[in-house]
Amino acid sequence: MSAGLSDALKVRITGLSGRYPRKQAALLPVLHAVQEELGCVTVEAERDVAALLGIKPIQVREAVTFYTMFRRTPVGRYHLQVCDNLSCGLRGSGTVLARLCRKLGIAPGQTTPDGKFTLTTVECLGNCENAPCLMVNFDYHGNIDPDALDRILDGLA
Amino acid sequence: MSRDTRLLPVDFETADLRRLAVYEARGGYSAARDALTGKSPAGIMDEVKAASLRGRGGAGFPAGLKWSFIPKGDEKPKYLCVNADEGEPGTFKDKYILGHNPHLLIEGIILACYAVGIHAAYIYIRGEYEMIARRLEEAIAEAAAAGCLGRQAFGTEFALDVFVHRGAGAYVCGEETALLESLEGKRGWPRLKPPFPAVVGLFQCPTVINNVETLANLPVIVRDGAAAFINRGKPKDGGARLFGVSGAVIRPGLYELPVGTKLREIIFSHAGGLRPGRSLQAVIPGGMSSPVLKADEIDVAMDFDSLAAAGSMLGSAGIIVIDDEASLIGVLEKIASFYARESCGQCTPCRLGTSWMAKTVERLAAGEGRPAELDGLARIASNIKGRTLCPLGDAAAMPIQALLSKFRPELEAEIGRAAKGRG
Repeated sequence: MSAGLSDALKVRITGLSGRYPRKQAALLPVLHAVQEELGCVTVEAERDVAALLGIKPIQVREAVTFYTMFRRTPVGRYHLQVCDNLSCGLRGSGTVLARLCRKLGIAPGQTTPDGKFTLTTVECLGNCENAPCLMVNFDYHGNIDPDALDRILDGLA
Repeated sequence: MSRDTRLLPVDFETADLRRLAVYEARGGYSAARDALTGKSPAGIMDEVKAASLRGRGGAGFPAGLKWSFIPKGDEKPKYLCVNADEGEPGTFKDKYILGHNPHLLIEGIILACYAVGIHAAYIYIRGEYEMIARRLEEAIAEAAAAGCLGRQAFGTEFALDVFVHRGAGAYVCGEETALLESLEGKRGWPRLKPPFPAVVGLFQCPTVINNVETLANLPVIVRDGAAAFINRGKPKDGGARLFGVSGAVIRPGLYELPVGTKLREIIFSHAGGLRPGRSLQAVIPGGMSSPVLKADEIDVAMDFDSLAAAGSMLGSAGIIVIDDEASLIGVLEKIASFYARESCGQCTPCRLGTSWMAKTVERLAAGEGRPAELDGLARIASNIKGRTLCPLGDAAAMPIQALLSKFRPELEAEIGRAAKGRG
């Protein structure tokens, strides 16, 4: 088995599953923790999680493929997610996305060759008052205009 | 000095209400303490029923009535699930309560749990609110350390544990039974009702599911009484609402105003109106799922019954303003593609219908279609509506039906222009 879950993560998983009367209920929090440590949810990690929570690997796979935040392959160091929903669209998210594609030389869904940036669109982030908005990993950025976008990119080492 | 009745006091950005000491210095946790040490659970439930508190998540179901569906004398454990999924496009209100006034929510949770006899609550928060979830856990830990939660809340025999549970990106999990499935560690596939969650809910046990803003109203209701709460809103729809305004206004933002405030006032006074030279084309009044209003329909009062009478919905009170600069086919395209992406795939009419609608609108926007295809779009929408397990199907069909019936000439003209541009 390749890089398994660390002992610290296993302890964390046990702690998480103790919050629920059925261990399976901890699946989403556990997958978040796994992804935080490994960068994605690998097939091996699915098996390990299944064993720790007492469920079948396919039940883990179902969750991993259903929820958009879980990924089966790694993303770049910075995952840029541009909200493509209505409120952001009314305030220029299309321009933001086009500028990012041009500056990074990639299309939505792609990662830069150096592995630094992955660009995707995302559905409403609940940040409509600051439209157009962008999420960099878990950080929210709002009111994005060309200058703001350049500043954000420059700040990402 | 009169105590603040607002969910988000005017200085909430600076006051650091996230800290227990600040919250308590403003009278925080007094409603919960007084309730647990001196009031009966039935008394709390009666007060909330009398206050006409209607669910702030979207459906507007009376909160007190919902609680009363929990079976009496059942030996099974009971649960509270707090719906903090906040996925409805145009909605961002719960984020402010969770992030800036988390103890208000925790106090509301204590009151709801005490009224119904619940000893475990799970806050299902959307996965993207990662930082807010961490802050919320800090607030819960602080409240527990101070004895507001735990085995003997406020020194009484009442025990309550509160847990934060992060979702992972699925709009459908804002639907209450999908939320329960998700909380159990499964795909968020809605359940067939009945049985209703009040009887068979989380882990097959009786469960109350309330929205964040709904619960955040409880401390003030318990403290000031039902009559004062109704006075701030309407007799059948009490209190104030957090109205979110986004889109083509000068001051997008969150405005806490009495239930029943006129939509025109919210857009043109509070949110600053439109940019110079623009005119209003349309307004979506209660999150993207609510049917659109035309520019001459905005004198409606923003309460559940008035908007229903106007053929729309108050929903989550997320107001999206569309000016004359926007392409309505573009609006239609955003709506159609959202529901196609978010349909969970369980019910065939929704799974197929939403993607057919999205593909049709995408073609029309690209100038590859004919205006007559709007009839086909309307037919698909009417074949989804009412034919699915959960309201996502209706939520996809209704805004599209409303745009088609209210803006048909404008849409046809745009489709014609797009086709010409290609030709």
